[in-house]
Amino acid sequence: MDSQTALDITNQPHQQASTISHTAEEVYHIAQSQGFALLDEAIDDQRLKDFLQDEQCGALATFEGWVRNHNNDSRVTSLTYYGYEKLAINQGKQIIEEAKRLFDIENAVAIHRIGALEIGDMAVWVGVSSKHRYPAFDACKWILDTIKADIPVWKQEFYQDESSKWLSNNG
Amino acid sequence: MRITVLYFASLADKAQQGQQQLDLADNLSLSELYAQLKQQHGFELDTAKVRVAINDEFANWDDAINDGDTIAFIPPVAGG
Repeated sequence: MDSQTALDITNQPHQQASTISHTAEEVYHIAQSQGFALLDEAIDDQRLKDFLQDEQCGALATFEGWVRNHNNDSRVTSLTYYGYEKLAINQGKQIIEEAKRLFDIENAVAIHRIGALEIGDMAVWVGVSSKHRYPAFDACKWILDTIKADIPVWKQEFYQDESSKWLSNNG
Repeated sequence: MRITVLYFASLADKAQQGQQQLDLADNLSLSELYAQLKQQHGFELDTAKVRVAINDEFANWDDAINDGDTIAFIPPVAGG
């Protein structure tokens, strides 16, 4: 990086959206206490699963979203997720609270990753524990759908022909 | 009044910055502000495709802007 780029980095267009203001330790604490957080390194799903351990529960439903090697007919080589961290944490907390109102579940937690990801990397993890299986399945699907619709995370895909594109979940 | 505007994704590309401090006339509405910035930066998205947040919470387009607010225009999201 040359000195001109280094000088300008505080207001690079995507600088604030590609960095997390918390340590990984703090991110897992936020996820455990509020239900949702953004993380800029590989997601430790076992650690999230441990948050949901509960002797009252007979069911754990989890979902992992992975980076896929294609989008429609385009060959994806890599992608970068960006996020608006504070709004994402605030909105994620509301989504998890709403899920607990709508479904007969005991606990739920989710994390979305941001930064540069490779094909096969885990981009999002959702877990829900409940006494019985159906509310866990139903709430897990609802939480993922609502994250995709409402959480301020953006995806830029890079293609084999060296072009790139901002994606949209809403058509 | 003085506010901070945050830009993300395609809006940050067009604005060529992640955030901007602005001095606004009192009583400017959020949609008037977006219309001004759309023209200034050449944003392609209309308000129908963009959501708005004030101080890190989603807001409504008819909410008032107050001195010191941080306002973000949220282009279509693509998480998951």
